[in-house]
Amino acid sequence: MAYTETTRQSFRATLDEIREAGLFKDERFIHSPQAAEIEVEFPAGEPTKKVLNFCANNYLGLSSHPDVVAAAHEGLDSRGYGMSSVRFICGTQDIHHELEQRLADFLGTEDTVLFPSCMDANAGVFEAILTDEDVIIADRLVHASLIDGIRLCGARHDSFKHSNMKHLESKLELHKDARIRLIVVDGVFSMDGDLAPLDEIVALAKEYGAMTLVDDSHATGFIGKTGRGTPEHFGVHGEIDIITTTLGKALGGASGGCVSGRHEVVELCRQRARPYLFSNTMPPVIVSAALKVLEILTESTERRDTLEWNTGYWRESLEKLGFDVKPGASPIVPIMLYNAKLAQDFARDMYAEGVYVIGFFFPVVPKGAARIRTQLSAAHKPKHLDIALAAFEKVGKKFDILGKGKKEIIAEYGR
Amino acid sequence: MADSREEKIKVITEYIIEEYIDEEDEEEIDPDTPLISSGIVDSFSMVSLKAFIERKYDVQIPDAKATTDAFDTVNNILDLLDEVSN
Repeated sequence: MAYTETTRQSFRATLDEIREAGLFKDERFIHSPQAAEIEVEFPAGEPTKKVLNFCANNYLGLSSHPDVVAAAHEGLDSRGYGMSSVRFICGTQDIHHELEQRLADFLGTEDTVLFPSCMDANAGVFEAILTDEDVIIADRLVHASLIDGIRLCGARHDSFKHSNMKHLESKLELHKDARIRLIVVDGVFSMDGDLAPLDEIVALAKEYGAMTLVDDSHATGFIGKTGRGTPEHFGVHGEIDIITTTLGKALGGASGGCVSGRHEVVELCRQRARPYLFSNTMPPVIVSAALKVLEILTESTERRDTLEWNTGYWRESLEKLGFDVKPGASPIVPIMLYNAKLAQDFARDMYAEGVYVIGFFFPVVPKGAARIRTQLSAAHKPKHLDIALAAFEKVGKKFDILGKGKKEIIAEYGR
Repeated sequence: MADSREEKIKVITEYIIEEYIDEEDEEEIDPDTPLISSGIVDSFSMVSLKAFIERKYDVQIPDAKATTDAFDTVNNILDLLDEVSN
């Protein structure tokens, strides 16, 4: 047996360290489809409990939409369950090609290639196009999957202070001799919910001859007047060189992602991106449902409009109650608590009140910046919002943080 | 003549403040302030600090020596710099 007792003890010690640091992640078993109201078994073995869900990426409420579910059934019936192949051997159906074209149309790009996830898209895109003659200049708060992708490729990399355009410009100047300079940002930053200033970034990119890559996973489908994403919001739709995004959040929430952008970039991904070359094709069920999602979003902006209203009402109400809410224009609304234990205790009490939210703390967010991250959905009805707001008020009063800002909360609870 | 340790502390600390600290943050850095383990500098953006030191002092720091421990305080960085300069 190669799995020796020493090895087992070593792994157990690591797990204990994770537990002691308060970083151990427990899964919660959900006994219902994804929705605004879900039935949750937590802790494992306890009777299920109905709670309001404020921590899903189900921004448009399409995860269990009947038309999307019906389209998935149709895909299953007409194209089967699996393809048992990577894309370039015998894993590309007509509907994969159709979805890629529809995504390119929706995102205003030249071409698109699907990946099993956006994590895979981010893991593959840099290596496919860059060499050691190139430099990647990334915002310091970009998603972990972009950092992994950047580390996997041979290009040099540098970073700039979060959304600090002066700092970005100094880095463009510093690396002016590189063959390609690629600016990398999230469209919407997942922990803070703020938007990268793409109008300014595109202007700098033009001035310095740099390329741009935006991971728009927390924006595609609902940011911008017609939901085309962060580029639309900033009036630069069609001007971003590379967009990576996901089908695993607003666009039905199952799985899948893509690289969308300049034709040659997409073509190089098809030739060289390892997650495309060595991972299975997206299942027809998901492709079929994703086509329906794009049809729904192209026909009407109703769902993103509802989400926008919900977000506005939610932010305004939390601020009126006296919470310290991070400003922003996205349905990611962080309530700042600063102290890690307070964030965990607060989330626990919210769950007891029937509202499912999660506390985030270092190393997921910077030290001393612990928070509850709430996420809105078009599936939330006004009554859901009011019930959750009443629960927030009750728990906020219990911890005596209403009306208090950063300094006062830190004075009471520490960082 | 090469910079004294005090001069290097000043130069590196100034770079760290300029490169990593937001203007509104009132973070103070002394030669023993933890940089990486405290979250002031994350391991991903540590590369710009490494590149700065290599540029400024005309040295090459091998990746194997560029550990998060070696970059965790200004004093540690100076020890590393002494090591690679010799």
